[in-house]
Amino acid sequence: MTAIDDAPRGLPRTADNALLAEAGTGTRVEFRGVVKDYGPTRVLHGIDLDIRPGEFVSLLGPSGCGKTTALRVLAGLEQASGGSVLLGGQDVSGVPTNRRDIGMVFQAYSLFPHLRVVDNAAFGLRRRGVGRTAATRRAGDALDLVGLGHLADRFPHQLSGGQQQRVALARALVTEPRVLLLDEPLSALDAKVRVQLRDEIRRIQLRLGTTTVFVTHDQEEALAVSDRIAVMNAGRIEQIGTPEDLYLRPETPGVAAFVGLSSVVPATVSGGIASVLGATVPVVGEVADGEAEAFIRPENVRLGGPIAAVVQESTFLGSMRRTLVRTEQGAQLWLQHPVAERLGFDERVTVGIAPVPVVVRPRG
Amino acid sequence: MNAAGMAPARLTRWIIGVVVGGAFLVPLVGTFLYTLRDPAGGVTLAHWASLFDPAHAATLRPILLGLGNSLILALVTVAIVLVVVTPTIILVNLRFPALRRAFEFVALLPISIPAIVLVVGLAPIYLQIGRALGTGAWTLAFAYGITVLPFAYRAIQASLDAIDLRTLTEAARSLGAGWPDVVLRVLVPNLRQGLMAASLISVAVVLGEFTIASLLNKQVLQTGMVVVQKQDAFAPAIFTLLSLAFVFVLLLIIGSVNTGSPGARVRKNTTRKAS
Amino acid sequence: MTIAPLTAAGPTTGSAAAVSPEAAPRASSRGAVASALAWIGLLPFAAYILLFLALPTILALGSGLFDDAGNLTTENLAALAEPTILLVFGNTVWLSLATAVAGSVIGALVCWAMLGLADAHPMRRVVDAGASVLAQFGGVMLAFAFIATFGLQGVATLLLKDALGIDLYADGPWIYELPGLFAPYIYFQVPLMVITFMPALVALRPQWAEANLTLGGTRAGFWVHIGLPVLAPAFLASLLLLFANAFSSYATAAALASQGAPIIPLQIRAALTSETVLGRENLAGALALGMIVIVALAMWAYSAVQRRADRWRR
Repeated sequence: MTAIDDAPRGLPRTADNALLAEAGTGTRVEFRGVVKDYGPTRVLHGIDLDIRPGEFVSLLGPSGCGKTTALRVLAGLEQASGGSVLLGGQDVSGVPTNRRDIGMVFQAYSLFPHLRVVDNAAFGLRRRGVGRTAATRRAGDALDLVGLGHLADRFPHQLSGGQQQRVALARALVTEPRVLLLDEPLSALDAKVRVQLRDEIRRIQLRLGTTTVFVTHDQEEALAVSDRIAVMNAGRIEQIGTPEDLYLRPETPGVAAFVGLSSVVPATVSGGIASVLGATVPVVGEVADGEAEAFIRPENVRLGGPIAAVVQESTFLGSMRRTLVRTEQGAQLWLQHPVAERLGFDERVTVGIAPVPVVVRPRG
Repeated sequence: MNAAGMAPARLTRWIIGVVVGGAFLVPLVGTFLYTLRDPAGGVTLAHWASLFDPAHAATLRPILLGLGNSLILALVTVAIVLVVVTPTIILVNLRFPALRRAFEFVALLPISIPAIVLVVGLAPIYLQIGRALGTGAWTLAFAYGITVLPFAYRAIQASLDAIDLRTLTEAARSLGAGWPDVVLRVLVPNLRQGLMAASLISVAVVLGEFTIASLLNKQVLQTGMVVVQKQDAFAPAIFTLLSLAFVFVLLLIIGSVNTGSPGARVRKNTTRKAS
Repeated sequence: MTIAPLTAAGPTTGSAAAVSPEAAPRASSRGAVASALAWIGLLPFAAYILLFLALPTILALGSGLFDDAGNLTTENLAALAEPTILLVFGNTVWLSLATAVAGSVIGALVCWAMLGLADAHPMRRVVDAGASVLAQFGGVMLAFAFIATFGLQGVATLLLKDALGIDLYADGPWIYELPGLFAPYIYFQVPLMVITFMPALVALRPQWAEANLTLGGTRAGFWVHIGLPVLAPAFLASLLLLFANAFSSYATAAALASQGAPIIPLQIRAALTSETVLGRENLAGALALGMIVIVALAMWAYSAVQRRADRWRR
């Protein structure tokens, strides 16, 4: 399998790209109390989610949290055991997949191997009765959109992973679906290709205005491209919010731990104030007094302050350094600091915690 | 999950299963009923009982003689597979990877050369073998080794492909193992499935072989059955059922040994993960 | 194997200078001995193949070119063009093709019926074992089973006659002639198809079926536009294998057709064991040559199609 170098990024070659010309305002998508059981096991516990037209929403969570199941219920590939799914205000729970007018991109292997790239892309149109010439032209426009117009005559096995996923994207978009569903489309790709492609997906989505649901376990990915993110865990949505909301104001320990990096440190809560390693910080939400664990972001820990600690490791990340220190009480703290401050193993330092509200979880 | 519409509905599965399965059972059930037939009408176990009747033994002699020969042949053939073919496959994979395609071509050649063609050329060769090694039926094993070669090769090669031959050998050698140790203590245990499958398929093929044996005038199970058929039509039918059952059980055993050991067949399908 | 010096990239002669003068000859002689031993290791198998595969084949095919006196002649090959022999060739091809097609279609249906069942599913295991057994079911035993069931005194024959008044052999004992071979042949063709074709069917990715649905396709449409086109090469390859398998078969016919030789393998038997016509052994060689040409053609086509089928699966 020979990988062919990527073309310039997705820009339409012709001024009158059919797909862009017909860009619309998107469709509203709703999950209402969706429940899914596999035999005795309940995998989704009543999912409620309201997605606005043209919005890009990510379902984020660890493996097994139910995010892919929720997506497949939306697609109609799985039947919900309870609750309903609405597209544009219309209940589609009983509508079979091939009549829901959706576009879907799978994690891998979904291109038809015996068809050329352009025929793959035109597949949905041909199934809807569009004539061969018109379908080929519109497929060509979709391929131009993803920057692969020049590879239209190749076969899938001649493309790299990233190129195959772009073709899959073009194929899903060419029928102008009401909603675009992406099931971990970047997980099987190399790191660099992943970043390139996720930005491209977002750019195309913004231009077309298609409502999009994106499933991923990579929180950085979700933070980078989404309008809103629904963080899922064990079949439930823990928090829905903008990337900033989730990062700066996590509402549960699950979200705080999953989104962004956090240090988990013992704390004592009293009257809405947490006492952490000698520092006092306000607490997010209502928490009972007592022993607890606080989630502290690295950027809220600075060098210089009242807490004595020893450096465990320090990593150079290009634009900054991230260092792990161990306090006298044995707590481990991550901190982020400028590159100029170079720290060595076992070096004694002092650190301080910024007075930013923290999420706490009662202990025991 | 019914593979998103690729797999047939349960009803369709059942219909196909019942129709085809039923059609395939008819000759087998028919044979069984035949063995119970009483010439005077009705059902009898006399034919089955006659297998143990010493008075009947003379008529059955060709089958029993042939069975004995076939079992010896099976043993010798399996020995050829394990002692000549297997080391060569390992050698080619380890030392002569460039020869692999040529080797595969040779190993699969017997499929393209029907036994009936081979036997035309084997006749003069076996004339010479008869003079050198005697006319015992066991010498047929040399020809049988060729007949089973494609199946044995596929089973062993598949097993080899599933393990990382090079790494295992290099690890063993670096720990000081001599070549016999490497083959016997490291490779063979990991190739167990392939070797068992190859051996059992060889046994099945040898027990069922007729063409070469009959045209070279040797007595094996199948030729014995043809001879006895003329005098007692029931004994061959009984032995047919017995060998079928025997091989079936044997293959069920390999099947269950195969799943869940190193080098088990690799799944090519992507499995659905619930997430 | 020689120890490669750090400065050398490949088997260039210049690299030898980088190694100490005493070490190089010792290392290379050790390597040479090891290589020689390895080549010797191939000898037993090579000798075996030569003696029991190559030699018999050459003898068999070659004998068709000589007469009993040992002179080169084309009269055996000319005998292949006799109308009776040509008819038998035609019948054999027809029998093989028909049973190959029937076997492929029925076998493919059985494979499809098993699609989606896990490998460890009991039904799957039973069918796999059953197929392995029946594909290797000795021809003689198969013939006996059919005689016991459908022969002139067979269980099913008598049942049909007594219960439904149908006399299967009112027009003659066709089971012992060419028509009687079709059913037994299909009986071993179907299991062979199941064994050969199942891997191809299992390689159909569920993502294709799901993608088809999301793109608006129907389940039937999936097979028409995706499933069948993707499976076509593997199906054709299996069909060719079945053809070659049927064409080469001997034992079933030998046990069923006790008189007459309606197919080529039986003609070879007649030529080899003929008591009435002398000097027919070499005719067997010519017949074998004719057979090999047809079977080799089918197998060559099989491997060509198989390679093409693998192109997509990499």
